[in-house]
Amino acid sequence: MVFLRKFKNMVENNPKLFPFISILIGLVSGGVVLLISGYNPFEAYRIILWGIFGKISYFSYTIVKSTPIILTGLSVTFAFRTGLFNIGAEGQFIMGTIVAAIFGSLFQMPFYLHIPFIILLTIIITGIFGAVIGFLKANYGVHEVISSIMMNWIALYLRNYFVRLSWLAKPNSEQTKSIFDSAVITFFDNFKMSKEGILWLSGHPICKGILRAPTNAGIFIAILAVIFVYFILNKTTLGYRLKAVGFNSDSARFGGIDVNKSFVTSMFISGALAGLAGALQVMAVSHNISILSMMEGYGFDGIAVALIGGCSAVGNLWAGLFFGALKYGGTKLQPLMGAPFEIINIVMGVIVFFVAMPKIIPFIFSIFEKKGEKNVR
Amino acid sequence: MKETTIAVEMREATKMFGAFVANDKINLQVRRGEILAILGENGAGKSTLMNMLYGLYSLTSGSILVDGKKVVFASPADAIAHGIGMVHQHFMLVKPFTVIQNIILGSETTKGYGALDYKKAKEKIVALSQRYKLNIDPDATINQISVGMQQKVEILKALFRNANTLILDEPTAVLTPQEIQELGKIMKSLTAEGKSVIFISHKLKEIKELADKCTVIRKGKVIETVSVADTSIKEMARLMVGRAVLLNVDKGEKPKTQEELLKITKLCVRNEKNLLAVDHLDLTIYKGEILGLAGIDGNGQDELVKAITGLKPIESGQVEKEGKRITGDTPKEIYRSGIGHIPSDRQKHGLVLDFSVQNNMVLEIYNSKNFSHRFILQKGKIKSFAKRLIKSFDVRPTDENKLARDLSGGNQQKVILAREIDASPDLLIACQPTRGLDVGAIEYIQKSLLDHKKNGKTVFLVSLELDEVLALSDRIAVIHAGKIVGIVDAEDADRNQIGLMMSGGF
Repeated sequence: MVFLRKFKNMVENNPKLFPFISILIGLVSGGVVLLISGYNPFEAYRIILWGIFGKISYFSYTIVKSTPIILTGLSVTFAFRTGLFNIGAEGQFIMGTIVAAIFGSLFQMPFYLHIPFIILLTIIITGIFGAVIGFLKANYGVHEVISSIMMNWIALYLRNYFVRLSWLAKPNSEQTKSIFDSAVITFFDNFKMSKEGILWLSGHPICKGILRAPTNAGIFIAILAVIFVYFILNKTTLGYRLKAVGFNSDSARFGGIDVNKSFVTSMFISGALAGLAGALQVMAVSHNISILSMMEGYGFDGIAVALIGGCSAVGNLWAGLFFGALKYGGTKLQPLMGAPFEIINIVMGVIVFFVAMPKIIPFIFSIFEKKGEKNVR
Repeated sequence: MKETTIAVEMREATKMFGAFVANDKINLQVRRGEILAILGENGAGKSTLMNMLYGLYSLTSGSILVDGKKVVFASPADAIAHGIGMVHQHFMLVKPFTVIQNIILGSETTKGYGALDYKKAKEKIVALSQRYKLNIDPDATINQISVGMQQKVEILKALFRNANTLILDEPTAVLTPQEIQELGKIMKSLTAEGKSVIFISHKLKEIKELADKCTVIRKGKVIETVSVADTSIKEMARLMVGRAVLLNVDKGEKPKTQEELLKITKLCVRNEKNLLAVDHLDLTIYKGEILGLAGIDGNGQDELVKAITGLKPIESGQVEKEGKRITGDTPKEIYRSGIGHIPSDRQKHGLVLDFSVQNNMVLEIYNSKNFSHRFILQKGKIKSFAKRLIKSFDVRPTDENKLARDLSGGNQQKVILAREIDASPDLLIACQPTRGLDVGAIEYIQKSLLDHKKNGKTVFLVSLELDEVLALSDRIAVIHAGKIVGIVDAEDADRNQIGLMMSGGF
């Protein structure tokens, strides 16, 4: 009991520990589910850990998987700080993939122009796509959750429409043409496939491991985005304004801040961040886009990442890496022990559940406490 | 002797929230036919005490006795069953329901098979209403009746449940002087029937007028229980605060000339329900004065202030400051033209509670040249600015990084006051600047407003506390139903006359 009391005090005085406790509870819950299904949870977590750190190439994959959800997480985080719930990160992500697929495959440029050109266009187009949500809220009072869900479907079907256009589609397929090499940000993409490349890499196992995954420059752009969001939120007048609106839009308005404009600005930046994730995914991993029958979930994962990251820029980076790692490491469960990959989704679900209810942790403590004490009254 | 039987008693009642002691071994007695006032500053623990007596909180230790028998209340239902009724400061009424429906809510009279028996209920209500001279129309809906009448419905609700002891939580806060007198009569008629009344207040004058006994609470402890007839107001104030209090403020000279500063003509503003809350209102504020606006809550004060400060659209009419039209300007432009504003709701409008004190200090000027350079916040400058204001306005704790949420109400108000007064606006609109504050903070804030006037600036004081308006203003405007129904000089102001004007009967 004394230990529990001490632990409780530590946690209650330090709300920053909540996400970690939630992660712990999530992992334990996943373990229980595994146990019930007849799998050894320790073995399962060992396999996941090995699947993340066991080989250099695994770690490369982890980073690659994490990059887009760090960015969509940032997108959700940014909107959250202005008091907006951007469920539309998914749609903005899809818009980003469309922009990159079109402008990457239509013409060639030197790579040092082509890549910034696509990124710039992505920021503008997906930013506007996001800003529409803010505009609708500011001017017509449309709740951002409703409009952003609608926008997700608009983006999905817009992508399917583009994929079928003759000037963009690869003949006889459900995909677009691949983007030109000048728009690709995967490291040594051609070299590692070439004869001399394969020969050289077989002599350098570390480099081979790193390059086995579609290792790319995306993570650096994501880290730049983290720094950008941190800087905006904490150092600038814009960040002050947006946070004031997010905490209390009434007193922000009272203080002379244009709340409606802040909604639009915030959603522009939020949209651009999620769009960037989509564009980088095309430029680094898929190199084209195909028909989507359903959403891929990068934007929705971003919501989980933002929540686990405590809606701070830096927390978001760690949460993105954590989620990406679990997602990649979890794929090893099925082939190696036959346990379903979905266990990872259960773990993530439980974590988000507890993160989203910070009050439940003290509540759980209080149950333990009551059991220990005599009924006072 | 019937009069000396103790109706309700609390013995060593203690309530702790975690390690915080809200009520510390409180002893309290109320006899049959007696009116007991509970006097204390905000945060002294009055409400906690009454919530224990009404079964909303459980006692950490100590006991409650009703008619000499020890009782334990698990919920208000238990308290009601033991004849204790409570009228909350904010009424718990269903507005579209009629008086009858509200009164029977939760203890409905039925015909035995689940069908409501309105007739029986109505008979009982009418009988009670006549017995205690409440004059209630049982078929009116709550929407249609005045605030004073709504309070009577709440009292009737408790009597309907056979309450012998009635707790009234700050009952006069929403009433006009006339309504307060009427409430006094009702209380007397209740005690004449052998019922007891406990009423919570921090207004000394009312306690002097209404109560028989007064229990003074300070910081969760009973300081003393005094007989009201033998104790002066000054003495009660001293007991409540713990030191001698200045009850009268020196309001200083009134301006010699009448130079127009703000001129409002034919102003119309709609409220949330799209009704005209401010209705062709004319008002002129002169330079260097404190103009008080007296009125009952909800007569357009809020809309008027929001229209002047640009927070609410103006339907028609105009507002001019020194001959320059400011109608339709944004809040920022109006702020820059020299109009500061202390909002009535400091937590909703005045502060960003999750911002630090220093960030709140620059809410209106964060992007001015002093505090931002090429879109980058100059945190060092904001910090030293906040430190200076914290020092000169005595904000506690003296930590500029503390979240506004963690400050006490008085200190939150000081943060707003510091911010607004430091900007030295030509016109400072102060809405309910002392609401919910303790005496010390009230003194400080009233003095700051007077200092602002001494510096040659103007104050527009909007307050629901008539005493405050009377104490500080040079002139008093009275608002009723969105119109200014009269302006009087503070020197020849008469409480009753103003009270009549406030309720529209002049």
